[in-house]
Amino acid sequence: MPPELLRVLEEAKARWTGKVRPSLNGGDAAACHLECETSELPAICNWLFAERECSFGGLIVEQGTPWQLRYVFYGQDSGWTHVVTYLHAGEERVPSVSRLIYAADWHEREAEDLFGLEFEGHPRLGDFVLHNDVWQEGVAPMRKGFDGSRPVTNREPDLNWKPRRIVEEAGAFGMPVGPVHSAAIAPVYFQLETVGEDVIRAQPRLFYAYRGLEKIAEGRQADDALLIAERISGTSAFAHSLGLCQGVEGLCQVEVPERASWLRVFLAEFERLRHHVAAIAGICESTGLAVSAAQAAILEEELLRISGSLTGHRYLFGMNVFGGLATDLDDAVCRRAAVQIAQVSDKLAVLQGMLSTSSSFLDRLEDVGKVSVSNARDFGLVGPIARASGLSRDLRKVAPYCGYDRVEFEVPQESEGDGYARLRLFFREAEQSARIISEIVQRIPAGRFRTPETALRPGAALGWVEAPGGAALHWIRLGEGGVVERYRIVTPSFANWHGFRLAAENFAFQDFPIILASFALSVHENDR
Amino acid sequence: MSQWVIKGLRTGIKSTRYPRTIETAPGMSPGLPVATRMSPDMAQMMVTRCPTSALEPAQAGVDVNLRRCIHCFRCARGTDSPMEWERERDFECAGVTPNSNDHDRRFGPAFSRSIHILVVDAGDCGACLNEVKQLNNPYYNMHRLGFFLTPTPRHADLLLVVGALTEHMRLPLRKAYDAMPTPKRVVAVGACALSGGIFGRSFMCAGGVGDFLPVDVEVPGNPPPPLAILHGLLVAAGRKPPALLYRRAEDSTEAPG
Repeated sequence: MPPELLRVLEEAKARWTGKVRPSLNGGDAAACHLECETSELPAICNWLFAERECSFGGLIVEQGTPWQLRYVFYGQDSGWTHVVTYLHAGEERVPSVSRLIYAADWHEREAEDLFGLEFEGHPRLGDFVLHNDVWQEGVAPMRKGFDGSRPVTNREPDLNWKPRRIVEEAGAFGMPVGPVHSAAIAPVYFQLETVGEDVIRAQPRLFYAYRGLEKIAEGRQADDALLIAERISGTSAFAHSLGLCQGVEGLCQVEVPERASWLRVFLAEFERLRHHVAAIAGICESTGLAVSAAQAAILEEELLRISGSLTGHRYLFGMNVFGGLATDLDDAVCRRAAVQIAQVSDKLAVLQGMLSTSSSFLDRLEDVGKVSVSNARDFGLVGPIARASGLSRDLRKVAPYCGYDRVEFEVPQESEGDGYARLRLFFREAEQSARIISEIVQRIPAGRFRTPETALRPGAALGWVEAPGGAALHWIRLGEGGVVERYRIVTPSFANWHGFRLAAENFAFQDFPIILASFALSVHENDR
Repeated sequence: MSQWVIKGLRTGIKSTRYPRTIETAPGMSPGLPVATRMSPDMAQMMVTRCPTSALEPAQAGVDVNLRRCIHCFRCARGTDSPMEWERERDFECAGVTPNSNDHDRRFGPAFSRSIHILVVDAGDCGACLNEVKQLNNPYYNMHRLGFFLTPTPRHADLLLVVGALTEHMRLPLRKAYDAMPTPKRVVAVGACALSGGIFGRSFMCAGGVGDFLPVDVEVPGNPPPPLAILHGLLVAAGRKPPALLYRRAEDSTEAPG
């Protein structure tokens, strides 16, 4: 257990004597639980965020008797802290935390939209997950009584709904983009507001691809939730299924065989490499440097084919199961794949070298789409985007899982926070992933690839994973017989979409696609 | 900048020769379960393993409805007698619906080498969309076959839809379809667009786009690999024969196992 975690506990106890009931979880999922009165919630959260410099992980709402709200934080040295509050019977109002911790803003909006809870003092609630031009107010699909299996027939949508305009200067106009785009682009709508050259406000309207995954997982077998987890974001499928697996394995105290853990690291890093290559291809394409885009796309396709021949699926679907992997991978085949991956990594290094001497390319990226470290922190950015701004938090280091503490690797960091810093970071992380793969492929031990029997038991647990896009949390509550009662998914894209406008605003229109590409955001991962 | 020209030339031609010859590079496609003759008990066991009812019990064995298969591999792994999976030419699996016979939905000869495509994501997981994107990478390079992505529905001949159709995408999808000039065709790509896939029917998802738009060509897969999508486009253009999406055990040549 991290010693800092004890300090969090002691300090919380001293500061809020009698108002906080602290407790500790030991083991792999070491966490400090601070159960508090609802009125103390903002103060305690703010103490963790501002004074103890913890990152805000996410808000997990569970409807029960009583309602439970769980604000999850993680710190560089202190691991996990959960601030938990129970609402009094009949009460559905909570003081908003997001006035103090802006990173919680979208989490509270989502809970307001889907659960119908009221967050007192929240600056802007309303049209968010559920679009007002499709649904009336008052529909709360995540509530227990709501039947998620059939369409809602009594609709009273606001047909006159228009996206909110913020810029009211004379001559200002809004440029609508999406949700049907000019290429194969995920559904998102942008209201780009301007008075001329620069984009002054860039509000994304998301959740066109909201599939209600958290709702449709409820009542199904945990195995089926795993299939849903893979399809949160197809391009990060392995990471998300790993997150859920770790939650369930922690809950049911399943020992994952050594071999399976190493293979999971292998595949997770492989996926990260492919994700980052795709991000690089996207950036090259957005700048119009066609040959570099084609070169990066070739590498992405090569990696997809290696996935296909290694595991049978180009996106690594169907590999993770509770207690290990669904099928064993032959050692010789893994080594061959590692050699191919190393070749891709070498080609990537050549590409980076060429890009770094192409001045017309660099002009489009340098000093464009800047995010300062303080903004990154306030908005709770995660993953490569945060690390490119100098905010280095990586769950593989902060709360190692899968044996990452036995793997040597560095977490690259840049400080400029501009488009070029993000591009460099993708290259450096891709290189690290390739290095991890070639290192561990020699060390994968013989043995079982999955535990023979996984007995599911009721309860709740948190699984976490550093997905290619950043920190992802999977909160799973199982009932009797392995039935899912609640599945909360906090994804990195949800955090980074929140902060995307920081980068896009006050830059010229022609920079917008480049800034968007440099964030490598996934709409599907955000929308769920 | 000459380094890029040289790099491009040095890379040489990467593009597949499909459809002129069949592509056999490894890792191209996840494969498909094969309808197999088997005893009723075995068939029942297989059917219960399938989370999306892609496997259906039949007199002769197990039928496969490719529209529903999500490649979870549960019928292929972790069992002593797995279903057989097709691995060769398996990507040529796009089928047609009765709509495609309508006279005014057929493309004339003028379209055979120039079809402009509008891609709409109606709520998928991103994998199908990514595979559609790969069609423009040098390996597949769909331009060489006369397929082009177009930015606007007004110029589109063909609507390529991925995703399970969420409530929020109904209106944008309808508007896009209505704005297209005739003759126009719809190609639905991926298990989610065909049957809802793992998302099924729910308060948000319509269980596919078939009830909402007249779909002509269906491309199964979760996600379908780029070559499968390419095959679907060629079927829509009338340049490749369609495959069957529902495969019966009784048509299988295999002896009962």
